[in-house]
Amino acid sequence: MKTSTRTLSLQGLDLAPPQTFGNVRLVPLLRREVRADLRLARRRYDEPIGVVSRDGDLGAPGVAYASFIPHGLVVSWSEDGAPAASYGASLASGRDGAAAGRAVRLLHRMVKREAGQRLRFLPLHLAMEGFLGLCFEGPGIAWSEYSRAALKRGLDPRAERSIRGAALPGFEDALRVFEIHERQAGVLVFIADALASAFVVPHPDDYRALHRSLIEDFYGELLHRYGYLYQELPPASAPIDAEAVRSLDDLREGLGRVRRDWADFAELLAADALGREVRTETVYRMSPFRLERFIPTLRLHEENHIGETIVRDDGTTEYLKTYRLSDAQARRAHLLQQLSANRWDLAATAAALAASKEELIRRLDNAGFGYLLEPDVLSAARSPR
Amino acid sequence: MATAAERVTREDLVMFINACFACTGQREFYADAAGQQVSFAFLHDYILGNYRLLYARSLAAGINQASQAMAIVRLLATGRDTPAEHRAEEGSLIAAALLALPVHRAHHVLAALRAARVNNRRARAIVREYLASRRDPAFEAVKYRRSVRAAAAHAHLRFAKEDERARFLFRGWADRRYETPIFEAFRAAHFADAAIYALPFTVAEGLAARRGVPREVFLERIAPRLTAGERLRLQGASERALGQRYGMDLATAAPTRLASYVLSLPLDERRARSAELGSALDRAGHRAASRTGARFGRVAAVLDASYSASGSSEKRRRPLAAALAASAFLRAASREYRAFWTGRVEDEILVEARGATDLATPILDALAWGADLIAIVSDGYENDPPGGAAEVLRVYQARLARPGGPFLVHLNPVFDADGFAPRALSPATPTVGLRETEDIPVMIGFARFASGAASLAELLGYLASRAARFVRSGGRADGRT
Repeated sequence: MKTSTRTLSLQGLDLAPPQTFGNVRLVPLLRREVRADLRLARRRYDEPIGVVSRDGDLGAPGVAYASFIPHGLVVSWSEDGAPAASYGASLASGRDGAAAGRAVRLLHRMVKREAGQRLRFLPLHLAMEGFLGLCFEGPGIAWSEYSRAALKRGLDPRAERSIRGAALPGFEDALRVFEIHERQAGVLVFIADALASAFVVPHPDDYRALHRSLIEDFYGELLHRYGYLYQELPPASAPIDAEAVRSLDDLREGLGRVRRDWADFAELLAADALGREVRTETVYRMSPFRLERFIPTLRLHEENHIGETIVRDDGTTEYLKTYRLSDAQARRAHLLQQLSANRWDLAATAAALAASKEELIRRLDNAGFGYLLEPDVLSAARSPR
Repeated sequence: MATAAERVTREDLVMFINACFACTGQREFYADAAGQQVSFAFLHDYILGNYRLLYARSLAAGINQASQAMAIVRLLATGRDTPAEHRAEEGSLIAAALLALPVHRAHHVLAALRAARVNNRRARAIVREYLASRRDPAFEAVKYRRSVRAAAAHAHLRFAKEDERARFLFRGWADRRYETPIFEAFRAAHFADAAIYALPFTVAEGLAARRGVPREVFLERIAPRLTAGERLRLQGASERALGQRYGMDLATAAPTRLASYVLSLPLDERRARSAELGSALDRAGHRAASRTGARFGRVAAVLDASYSASGSSEKRRRPLAAALAASAFLRAASREYRAFWTGRVEDEILVEARGATDLATPILDALAWGADLIAIVSDGYENDPPGGAAEVLRVYQARLARPGGPFLVHLNPVFDADGFAPRALSPATPTVGLRETEDIPVMIGFARFASGAASLAELLGYLASRAARFVRSGGRADGRT
């Protein structure tokens, strides 16, 4: 698949003043120009667990992705800019995949073209699968330090933990009392002033329908911790300069400045995520749109957001959903990337990280990759010198 | 110069009375019911413990019925703390307030007294006096049978020999035939369908279900017995069962209630009946205005129709209904009037609780229009931008307000449990709780206490005079007879 690098942007969207409830700050994103040629709808899955076969037929042996998947998104579009006709409950109520028992739904592929101009994909799981699939094949050279399983089957099984939106303290109430703007097509979710997720959909009506679904999405572990640690937000206010006001018009102008201050404030809070360079991979093309997933160039001890997006050819962001990696997740991915860049040579990787080989082995072990290494290599590195 | 103690007293009282305008202990958009009740009960206990006489007099300050009921129970429960010189006044205030409550609320008070095991001599006397003063005791003995029975037993009531209530309530109603027609109807209704329709609706409904009367037959035949409130409430039920709604005179309802009804209708129906509903609301506003005798000059109303005005599952669209009714009332009561809604509203009848709260822009528009009185009806939460209206009001008062300029007041229909008062928009503008539309003149009168412009002495004088009028007029909060 085609990959490229670019910076994320919120082109075509304006930031409105944030709405705060407890330690949750929601920044509405308003669409400047509402077009109806791309629409999103939600399709619910009743089973708590979904198993997605990545390649091959439904349920066939092979690499599979298993997770809590409460819903998928169905996108319908038109190529000539005419309003995308089918949308709404009738379409969203369709089912796909097959139920296997009561608790599991088998799904075919992360992204699947359905009849007509319609595409089903699994929000955020698409990005998460890309993240989990990083360097999934494992060592290409049979270095003696690696276990046989690692050489044979790569990183399988690779797992990460996330937190459901419902588990974030106060998040449900914040979504309930949030007042949706007329042109609103997206939202930036901050927990304790850390960006938890950016969510953008093509059309304001879709947003109204999908607003509450944010509670069912998954979020980084870190946000969960922040949610409990920081119950209150530091007060933020944007005053009008009283000295400069001599008439009602001045007052009106002051109010405009207050609005701009709030937008700048939100932009500042999100700057670490949205200004970053990301590596994108086009997953599906549906002219004039393309569905991509992205991973940033990972930086330790900084915000790293993975996600997926639908971009119009003119650069407008039609759909966006991001997930904040926790530090541990970023560390794991970073280690894998370093190993892969050094052809899985432990000595060379350790040198690149300015560490000793034992340290690298310990780091791998601490990061949960001990299962990749031979037991005696591990125990040698673990034992005190 | 007011002493600190005076200032504290004034602020406490204003906060309490303000809370009593708005709070009903029910769930609100931003707060749950439990929080509201805890906060409100604390406020009552605090004022009762510290300012007993003023607490009793606040019964006359136009506070809402839920608060009056709470205050009556608390005062009766702690009668021994009343200083001797205030006993007579307190007793007559309680009696007048209880008498003025709607019957079902009064019976809730009686039940609460029993549940709290309040059974002192004064409480018994109040109950006795209340039950004796009813215009149609037999009717109430049927309609509120269980409650009257409990109250009579609790207050050691003795009925006269010829009063059939004693046998009806205590001896088992099935034992005998009655001379009183409604008692006889109640007995007969257990055995014959025809007698059901001589009973009040709430009693008849249960008996009809027990006798297996089909719903449509029952609703059709009971129609003449319905009260106005029941007619309003059963609009949907009658349409489902009978295919048409009970006829009712929309304009006899109070503006707030009518507004709630209008907003409960689906948008399509509101659009189709827009003219009818609009004129009904207009007439309700005019009637309320002439009843209160309020006259204003050039009035601008800033009305909040944001999503939070949709209220809660217990108070559906209540803040929006309060705004809509206030608009109708102020239009009727003023020489010139203009409404500034948050968001775009072309026809008020079609207003919906939707979107973010941008109060700052309509406030600026209202100031630019040049009104004498600007009434802001909002729950006090604004988010587009946060603190925007607060800033506009602050800077306006600091820099642009001139003597003789508009009087700004914030009317808030929602009690904020955390702040023990309706949430204020800005310290620069007085905030008062909003109850019924008809109380708007009272609220505006009260606003000068909320703003701190009037002293404690004035507030005490105001309360004392209202209390005296209240007792004289037999419990009418506004002193009208």
